[in-house]
Order: sequence, then C-alpha cells, then structure tokens
Amino acid sequence: MTDLYQSQRAMRNKRQAAMQRGVIAVLDVGSSKIACLVLRFDGPDSFRDSDGIGSMAGQSSFRVIGAATTRSRGVRFGEIDAMHETERAIRTAVQAAQKMAGVRVDHVIACFAGAKPRSYGLAGSVDLHDGAVTDNCVARVLSSCDVPDYGENREILHAQPVNFAVDHRSGLADPRGQAGNSLSVDMHMLSVDRAPIENLLYCIKRCDLELAGIASSSYAAGISSLVEDEQELGAACIDLGGGSTGISIFIKKHMIYADTVRMGGDHVTSDISQGLQVPMPTAERIKTFYGGVQATGMDDRDMIDLSSDTGDWEHDRRTVSRAEVIGVMRPRMEEILEEVRVRLDAAGFEHLPSQRIVLTGGASQLPGLDGLASRILGQQVRLGRPLRVQGLPQSVTGPGFASAVGTCLFAAHPQDEWWDFDIPVEGYPARSLKRAVKWFKDNW
Amino acid sequence: MRPLNPFNKPQPSNDPAPSRWSYRMERLWLTPSFRRIVRVGMPSFLVVASLGLYFSNADRQQAIADKYTEIRRSIEERPEFMVKLMAIDGASTGLNSAIREVMPVDLPISSFDLDLEAMRKQVESLDAVKRVDVRVRKGGLLQINVEERVPAVVWRGPDGLELLDGDGHRVSALQTRSARPDLPFIAGEGANAAVPEALALIERAAPIRDRMIGVVRISERRWDVVLDRAQRIMLPPRDAARALDRVLALNDAQDLLARDVTHIDIRNPDRPTLRMSSDALAFMREMQGIQVKNNQ
Repeated sequence: MTDLYQSQRAMRNKRQAAMQRGVIAVLDVGSSKIACLVLRFDGPDSFRDSDGIGSMAGQSSFRVIGAATTRSRGVRFGEIDAMHETERAIRTAVQAAQKMAGVRVDHVIACFAGAKPRSYGLAGSVDLHDGAVTDNCVARVLSSCDVPDYGENREILHAQPVNFAVDHRSGLADPRGQAGNSLSVDMHMLSVDRAPIENLLYCIKRCDLELAGIASSSYAAGISSLVEDEQELGAACIDLGGGSTGISIFIKKHMIYADTVRMGGDHVTSDISQGLQVPMPTAERIKTFYGGVQATGMDDRDMIDLSSDTGDWEHDRRTVSRAEVIGVMRPRMEEILEEVRVRLDAAGFEHLPSQRIVLTGGASQLPGLDGLASRILGQQVRLGRPLRVQGLPQSVTGPGFASAVGTCLFAAHPQDEWWDFDIPVEGYPARSLKRAVKWFKDNW
Repeated sequence: MRPLNPFNKPQPSNDPAPSRWSYRMERLWLTPSFRRIVRVGMPSFLVVASLGLYFSNADRQQAIADKYTEIRRSIEERPEFMVKLMAIDGASTGLNSAIREVMPVDLPISSFDLDLEAMRKQVESLDAVKRVDVRVRKGGLLQINVEERVPAVVWRGPDGLELLDGDGHRVSALQTRSARPDLPFIAGEGANAAVPEALALIERAAPIRDRMIGVVRISERRWDVVLDRAQRIMLPPRDAARALDRVLALNDAQDLLARDVTHIDIRNPDRPTLRMSSDALAFMREMQGIQVKNNQ
C-alpha cells in the first residue's frame, strides 16, 4: 500500500509540475474511441473579481485548446487487450490533439473504464490529543483506517475521505479546527486490477508521455454529467460506454460507490451483426442510424437495406424492417440495464434519499432509452450530457465524452485523496527515546 | 486473387496512426525552443557562417577593399568636387607669396582630400597673419581670407630689428630702421612683451616727440625714454605714465629738457633726481664757490 501511496504522490507532483507548465493532456481510453483533450491552465488571474464570475466548478480556470478522437483499437471491456494497437491509437489521438493545440504536451491524465473496480467503505477513528483537529490529525485518522484485504494483484485507484465526524457530530466536510475528543472518518476506496493499469502505463510511456494522474472513468463521468444538486443530494450516474458500463453513486459531492458492468454498446452491435448476419461496420451503421428500443407500428414498414458485396444476389439484396432491428437491440439493452439494477441494489442505492439516475455515455444516445431505463431503474431517470467547459469543440460535447470532460475537471480540481496528506510520523520520537534508554541500560 | 490492373496496388492498411518516429518528430517540432532554433537560430547561423566563410579569405577581403577605395576615388574625383583655384584675399604681395609657399596642396585636388583645418593652422602659423579662414567655394575655388598683422613698433631685439604689432607679436624682420621711420622705436630685452605699455608711453610723450628716439625696456621691468643729446628719462616700474606726465609738466614749467641734464631719474616718484653733465656740474659748483678736489 505504501508503494501505491508513493506512486500516487509522485503522480500528484507531476500534475503540479504540469500545472506549472500550464499544459496537460487528458486521455480517455475507451473501448470504442480514444479521446485526447489538451488543456491549458490560465492561472488564477484570468477572471477579475469584479466580473462576478468566480471559478465555478473549475471550468473557468482551464481551457481546452486541442481535442482529437480516434477509433479505439485493441481495447476490450475498457482494458487494454493489444498493447501495440492501443499504443498506436493513443499516439494518433495525442498527435492530432497536439497539432490542434500547437503545443507539445508531456503530462497526461488518463481515465479508463475496465479493470473490475470494486468499492470499499473504510472507517477509522483516532483520539484527539490537544482537543482540536489539525492537519496532522486528519492524516492520522486517514491512516488509521483498517484497510480490508482487497486481494492480490489489485491496486487502489481512489481513496477519498467522504465524511468526517468529530465526537458525535457527523457530516463534516472539513473538520480542521473543530474541537472534540475523537475524530472519525469514512473513506471510500476503489481498487482495480493491477495488470490493466500497468498496461496503460506502459502504453503511455511508449508514447513519451508521463502519467500525471489516473481516474476511473465511471467517477469521471459522474463528476461531469451530474449537476451540482444531484451530486449533493445523491444520484447514480450510468455511463453506457462501448465495452463496459460504468456505475457511480454520488452523495454530498463525493463518490461513495463505483462499479462496472462488462457490457456496452459494442455488444449491441455484435448482436445485430450476428442476428442479421451483416459485418460489424454495417451493424454499427444500422445501430446508429436506425437503432431504438421502442418499436411502434410505423417501424414494421420502415425497411432497411442490408446491401453487401458477396456476389450472392439473394444475400446482397436482403432488407430488414426497423422493428426487427429493435427486436434485436432491446433484449441486450434490457440485459445491461437489469445488470445495472442488480449492482445498484447490491450497493444499497434504494436507501439513498434521492433516487435520481443519470444516463450518459455514447450508448445513451439510443432513442427511447430513457423510457426503457425508467421502467427498469426507476422513475427519476434523465439523459445527461457532460458539463460545458471552455473551449470544448462542438464535436466533443456529446454524452460519449462525459468521462473525458470529467477527467478534465478531475485534472483541474482533484478531490482530496488519501495520498494528499502526509503520513504522520507519530511515535517516532518516543520510540527512539526508548531505544536510547535501552541502550544506556544495556551498557551501564 | 491477383488484380488484373498492375497499377491497382493493394490498399495499405487503414491505419491512421503515425509511426513512432514521425510522432517523435512532430513532438520535437512542437517544442518551442526547438522551433525557435530551427526557424531563427539556424538560418541566422547559416547566413553568418557563410558570410564569415566568404570573407575569411584574405584575397577576397583585399579585392573588396580595393573595389571600395576605387569607387570612393572615382566619386571623389568627379569634376564637381575638384578644387582648381586658390584665391587669397586681404594679404599683401609678400604675404600672398608666403602663403602660397606654405600651402601644402597641389591644385587641382579633390575637396575630399583637403584638410581645411590643417591648412588654416598652417597659414596662421605665419607671423604676419593675424586671422585666416579657409573655405571651398562654389566652382572649385579655395578661398583664403587673411587678416594681416599691422606693424606698430620697431623693436631692436636680440635677433636684430623686428616689426611688432600692437600686441607685441612679431610681424616681420626689418633691415634698417630707416625703412620704417614712421614707426616708434623700442629696445631692450623683454620689450616685445610690453608693447602696449610702450605705445601708451609714446603717446603720452607726444609733446617731446621730435626729440624722442625711443623707449628702452630695462631689466624687463621698467622703461627709459631716450631723447637725443643723450638725455634719458628713467621711469618707475609702476605708474610710468603718470611719472612721465610729471616730467613733461616740469619741462613745460621750467624747460627742463633744454637744460644741460643727462638723466631725469623719477624711479622713486617721491624723490625725482637730476643728473647733470660734468660741465654743468663744475659750472654750478663754481657759481656756488665750492671747491672740490678733483681726484682725476
């Protein structure tokens, strides 16, 4: 754990260095596309107080100066499957974004969806010696959390203090300076498989870039597509991606649960491809142009040409009605959403005060999905799009870029994590004093 | 299946990814310092280096310097810039020829080659010239305007007779005194340094002008007025003019200078003294009945 603590700290330092230089890249390694955004930090002087615009949710202090998207290759279920393919795809995206930005970027903050994230709730408690909470006390209480056995070959991606309590007053966001006798903390820890992270690190290193931070894409999608009151009152964000579907639950502006369902839009495409016996690109095209989940009478008469070039006249001139396409797509979407429902139930989402669910991600653009989702997930479902950030091109404002934009926000205003606090050096003087006394006793 | 059209090459794989090296080159090119070096540093270095290489050859340097001087020469020697004549105004004939002799230039000459200041100094170094200005006038004329020194006194100095102007500056040598009988005469070592004083004395002595031979500077300190019949008026170093006035007043009243007196000594103004000739002295003693034992 200390290894990871050190490496996460090193990433924080690199992020600081990148902020100093003013340019940082954000890389969203998804299963269907790889997006790269180049951010330029303006520094705090770009807005005057008299303008009346403060730094709202961090979007004013940076500007997107380069954006590029490329078709992802070699990524399955949000995890890197073919390293060199992925490396080339990352290179394409980074080079195009750099070219648009006109600057060279050296530091990159990546987000990825896969690697089987698992959430843990941690609790820790310490006694306060001097009656008031100091920075050191916060660090002590964070390190006092008993870490569960999260398994071999797992890494901790996020470890965020969610709630502080001083004595019996709970729900404190920042306990420093409060008086009390004991401080306790609730921490949310997200662990992921080690291998996908190492693969990603390797790919990024092969592109001559330095990793300055890493985020889970379900977390990133949550911070960009949930609006402020949803984050405050409690909501779940469902990021329907290509290879996997991310789930994140927020309350009081903190993520308290994250999970992924290893199914996504690509599975819908492969269903169409198998069901209609068309190649994958054609299936993708049919999905995006004619896809839906709610068949109407009109759709029976809406015929789609399945033109192909095999030479077999009968095979090349097939047509299919839109209702049939919907009939192929709907069960898969239902399956995904039901799986999401299962995960939300397992997380205890029904106990939250607010049952708001936000659908985002590329697959959420499917017409009629909100109706289907409200039948499965509950009544309060809406479709979400990422926050608007300055300088973002129109082409990357769609819901498919929720996690990329969220990673921008994460880059600009990261939440406090466990490694932002120094490890307390408690007990060290006492122990060394004891050792000195022992040495004296042994020798005289 | 092999395509029938040989020019219909199989399509390369549809991979938009840049190669690792092109990616690196692109990143290098986007590095600001590298960009500056390539776009500003290298061209300027190339220009400087090629120029340096070109001019490092001594023959080329020589050729370029020669060409430069040749072009310069050809411009300087255009007829518009040539000075063909010298005109000297305000100089007497002798001075005119002296100036022409000392002038260090051979006409015609380009006006770029004339050093007017040096020429002015050269002409001014002549004794007879008080002030000169030299300029090149339109039409290739070198105009020299001279103001001559006017001789005011004749001085017998250690080198013979000389003419001095009112300030005591040498004008020229003089062969004989009779060549300039109109000018007053001064003598004595250091007299040339006090010419204005001498001139003032001579002006005061106008009533006895016809008897005066000249004034003599004694010990570079005071003046003697020398008259004919070997008479001398010895003046004090200070207030010489007033002392002379007193002597002249005495002369008016008592006709002093007509008497048999050799020296009128007024060096001490409080005690004017007369020195008589020996005959007059003897005669006076005889009148007074004084017997003096004559040692001789």
